Amino acid sequence: MDTLISMWEWLPEGLRILIVIMLKIVAILLPLILAVAYTTFAERKIIGYMQVRMGPNRVGPKGWLQPIADTVKLMFKEIITPTKASSVVFFIAPMLALAPALAVWSVIPFWDGGVLANVNAGLLLVLAVTSLDVFGIILAGWASNSKYAILSSLRVGAQVVSYEIAMGFALVGVLMAAQSLNLTEIVRAQSGGIQNWFVWPLIGLFLVFFISGVAETNRAPFDVAEGESEIVAGFHVEYSGMAFALFFLAEYASMILVSTLTALLFFGGWLSPFGDVLKDVPVLGTLLGDGFHWLLLKTSFFLFCYLWFRATFPRYRYDQIMRLGWKILIPVTLVWIFGEMAAIALGWKPWL
Amino acid sequence: MFRSITHFIKSFTLFELFQGLSVTGKYLFKRKMTIQYPEQKTPMSPRFRGHHALRRYPNGQERCIACKLCEAVCPALAIDIEMEERPDGTRRTTKYDIDFFKCIYCGFCEEACPVDAIVETHIFEYHYESREGTTITKDELLAFGDKHEHEIAKRKAADAPYK
Repeated sequence: MDTLISMWEWLPEGLRILIVIMLKIVAILLPLILAVAYTTFAERKIIGYMQVRMGPNRVGPKGWLQPIADTVKLMFKEIITPTKASSVVFFIAPMLALAPALAVWSVIPFWDGGVLANVNAGLLLVLAVTSLDVFGIILAGWASNSKYAILSSLRVGAQVVSYEIAMGFALVGVLMAAQSLNLTEIVRAQSGGIQNWFVWPLIGLFLVFFISGVAETNRAPFDVAEGESEIVAGFHVEYSGMAFALFFLAEYASMILVSTLTALLFFGGWLSPFGDVLKDVPVLGTLLGDGFHWLLLKTSFFLFCYLWFRATFPRYRYDQIMRLGWKILIPVTLVWIFGEMAAIALGWKPWL
Repeated sequence: MFRSITHFIKSFTLFELFQGLSVTGKYLFKRKMTIQYPEQKTPMSPRFRGHHALRRYPNGQERCIACKLCEAVCPALAIDIEMEERPDGTRRTTKYDIDFFKCIYCGFCEEACPVDAIVETHIFEYHYESREGTTITKDELLAFGDKHEHEIAKRKAADAPYK
């Protein structure tokens, strides 16, 4: 043990910091990727249950090894490049889609102080990096040299840009209420029990945020990008094997991200709904007090909502998506923000 | 006026969306309809038309008299029969092939047969391991009939009153 510690101290300062950061990244990304794998399983199971069938239940006990079987299958599949596809962009595109989806997690706090980089402008960074997601998809569609793929990437481009505005406005409401862009600070501003969460004064913004989050991640009912019945599979028609899996990973990582953000911004993140009241109860106190498990619970609920929506709503027509984004969600957020501005100016802050 | 106001309120409270969600939410907890096939099976009619078989009389004599009615009625032309006269004067088949890739399992051959020789059995779980194997010969059909005679007789008897 002592030799290990002395070896550690013998390393140069910069290298030590680098190693610690790397270990932290691994500690965030490994559970995240596992969560992605099991989200796909949960999706198939829950949608199956809602359609009165069983879902996958053959691989392993009750089907619990299904995502691992899927991963192994995808890893061993051949990656086919279409002729006349621009091969460099074709292979960079899935990485471009995945990298931002994973990078955002650096500023997400999991408990008080449990964050890789406590950036002051965390919310801005989240917005900026999630917007980069769309490049991967657009480039994939363009590089595939396929008409369906290019159609799909056109749709994604327009859709994501439109909904980004509504999403941004919804976040403006949150940061006005919290008086901070730092995600940890935003959660702290909601402390003191369920009545202090931002959902109550900002319920409209919460709905807008979650709806545009669903649209942003190209999930049903806004999944015109994939639109199986119209354009086969959209931007990833030409992808197979691991390249396809990367798009899948990116999509589900962003789904989990939007769920986590919703929990952090509107539902008090890791804060317990009981506030500090039940913290001193013996045994159950740690469970009922603040902690990572509350964030996990809230995130899982919103992830479940994603799957629930997919099982319930039919796909929007493309022009209806644009109408909803520009003519309904953006005006709603604007009105709400002006109302909030007036409330702050008059010194009437129900959330404080 | 009033209707447009209710419409406005309904769409902004997402009323109909929540209605839809409650429907799927209820279905989440309903009993599942899935039949886990190899372990569970659905009940089967005695009239089920599966793999063919040629039957024998209880004394071991094969029933088929090579009348070729089945060959004539077969809409897919899947049956191929050749016949001979045996030393004892009976008329018997020397070849009775059914091409299972052509067969549409309509059951006409069974209907046409005057001596209930060719039947379609309840067995539907079978496979081929080569392209040549898809044509079933007379020997195979007879062997199949011998193997499942008990079950076939039971099912045909159960269906007889309705024919």
